[in-house]
Amino acid sequence: MKDVIRLAHGNGGKLSWQLIKEIFLPILSNPHLAPLRDSAIVEVEGKKIAFTTDSYVVKPIFFPGGDIGKLAISGTVNDLTVMGAKPLFISCGLIIEEGFPIPTLKRVITSLQETAKNVGVTVVTGDTKVVEKGSADEIFINTSGIGIVLPEANLDPERIKVGDHILINGSIGEHAIAVLSQRQELGFEVPAKSDCAPLFDLVNEIRSFLTCIKFMRDATRGGVAGVLNEIVQGEDFGIELWEDEIPVREETFAVCELLGLDPLYLANEGKILIFVEKERSLDLLSHLHHHPLGKDTRIIGEVVSEPRGKVYLETTIGTKRILDLLVEDQLPRIC
Amino acid sequence: MKYISEFREKNLVNRLSGRIAKVASKIKREIRLMEVCGTHAMAILRYGIKELLPPWIKLISGPGCPVCVTPNQYIDEACTYAKEGFLVTTFGDMMRVPGSRSSLVQEKAKGGKIKVVYSTMEALEIAELHPQEKVVFLGVGFETTAPTVATSLILAKKKKITNYMILSGHKLIPPAMEALLEEGEVKIDGFLCPGHVSAITGSQVYDFIARKFGVPCVVAGFEPVDILQGIYLLLCQIAKSEAKVENEYDRVVKPEGNLKARSLMEEVFRVEPSIWRGMGVIDKSGLEIRKEYSQHDVRARYPVKVTSSNNKKGCRCGEILKGVIEPPDCPLFGDVCNPSRPLGPCMVSIEGTCNIYYRFSSKVKI
Repeated sequence: MKDVIRLAHGNGGKLSWQLIKEIFLPILSNPHLAPLRDSAIVEVEGKKIAFTTDSYVVKPIFFPGGDIGKLAISGTVNDLTVMGAKPLFISCGLIIEEGFPIPTLKRVITSLQETAKNVGVTVVTGDTKVVEKGSADEIFINTSGIGIVLPEANLDPERIKVGDHILINGSIGEHAIAVLSQRQELGFEVPAKSDCAPLFDLVNEIRSFLTCIKFMRDATRGGVAGVLNEIVQGEDFGIELWEDEIPVREETFAVCELLGLDPLYLANEGKILIFVEKERSLDLLSHLHHHPLGKDTRIIGEVVSEPRGKVYLETTIGTKRILDLLVEDQLPRIC
Repeated sequence: MKYISEFREKNLVNRLSGRIAKVASKIKREIRLMEVCGTHAMAILRYGIKELLPPWIKLISGPGCPVCVTPNQYIDEACTYAKEGFLVTTFGDMMRVPGSRSSLVQEKAKGGKIKVVYSTMEALEIAELHPQEKVVFLGVGFETTAPTVATSLILAKKKKITNYMILSGHKLIPPAMEALLEEGEVKIDGFLCPGHVSAITGSQVYDFIARKFGVPCVVAGFEPVDILQGIYLLLCQIAKSEAKVENEYDRVVKPEGNLKARSLMEEVFRVEPSIWRGMGVIDKSGLEIRKEYSQHDVRARYPVKVTSSNNKKGCRCGEILKGVIEPPDCPLFGDVCNPSRPLGPCMVSIEGTCNIYYRFSSKVKI
């Protein structure tokens, strides 16, 4: 039972990292892959190009606030955006299960195109494969994206320093809860909506801050706690988060309480974590508040010197607790 | 009232920990307070409640996780039914609990018909939709789960869904508390009684513990303020050498409990001795299905024999369940036994003490 892929290998937690370190990195070894960023940065004739890929297997394919088509554009656009790149071109690979209704396919592709149009990217190439019934579940989408790195962007985890502030552009956990609420077996209704959205426009709004922004990540799989853990791993700094400052909507909170979930570990699809010089954080905060996707932005924590390589939470009641990497995922196929 | 955030309020927490420090200063010896509920254990570690207490006030975890106290025999029985072609339905946290030789996850991988459900009603529905299957629901849990299982049996009888059966492993908390005190292996100065269980049983159910053993009991909810208030009330009793039952969680728990739920349990179950992992047989601590419902009792209709062993090399779950040791005291904890590769039940269930310790307590100093 040991030497097989388990669901937890795909959740972005400890087992995912094990795969990357023990299989992918050693075999595929090359300097572009090695930094393990959201996109690779390659230089072509003096221009810095960001290049990324992601697959979407969300179940169900339609959920409040989005669908697999919107997600397939948003997710890939956001992986480019957090590198400080302007997304330009997208590829779209479809794996469709035999028997999938064509009108539904049309709905998915229309939503995909609408999202692409709104953010200013073009789907320029694609591929379709159909597999026998049971060999896939409805439809899986892979998108790759190419963008041009904005000249003022200098985003590098190496630049993160003790004292830097961490911002997030709104309340957390909503994508996971919205998808979960659609899974029939739960048997209760949740008034939750996914935050699924492409974030380039938001980052473009704060372009003038790109020199003092050290690093950005979208808080997808593994949630805020998971993503921040990836950032601190092996570094000589830690991260302190302030539970009081982390925005969580009332309904997300209620569902989490009921199901024993922690919103800090739930996937988001429209949330970005921004590391910025402390001196500029309030300024950046008020700028972000002007954009519809940033109006609920908060400063949720800061980079600290100890404990190194760890993320911890100052709880609402003033105690402290380590937020570790997620081990087992309770919610597979959330994106 | 939102009923949650008020109970996580920093100023209130600070005031309470101040009061606790004051009353604790009057007690000059080590005090061991036990909770017997996984949700309490989780809240205590998740909120770092121990940090707020003077070092001589210790919080220990007892047998509060229903999956963990379920013995190998039960898992072995469930696996046997799966092997014999029954459709076994269960809550997810039972899947990976190791029995003597196998677990439900392993039986499923070998082709056994095992399905995770989110409620007893879902299991009943499966039976109704698949009359050709012999559907068994694994009835594991304390006073909180038993009424829902009872309801499903009453419905099954009414609707004549005769292929719906229960493998009852239900257990009752107060007899286990009594057994711990009688055995005397662990020193317990007070019980933080479980809010959910008490909502069904009522707070009166602990009266005999205070009376017979002179051990204070306080029923508490699961928010930081609830737990601290519970600890404070226990310490006040200890300081005054009193022993009585107090109810901190009266917004949910009534002295007589939930009469409707209790009558449903009464209708379907009878109280019998039951085997607890690590604690052996405890008198009057288990629920078996009454004769009137025997056609829904899989043990009565299709008895199976299992030979079970209790030995898992080095695993000290039994002692952890009794509060004799804490998870880090077990040599397997962490490297050998962890949530990815659990060896004992306390590491499997998210309500298990070891699993909770692994997730929420860290050796790293902050």
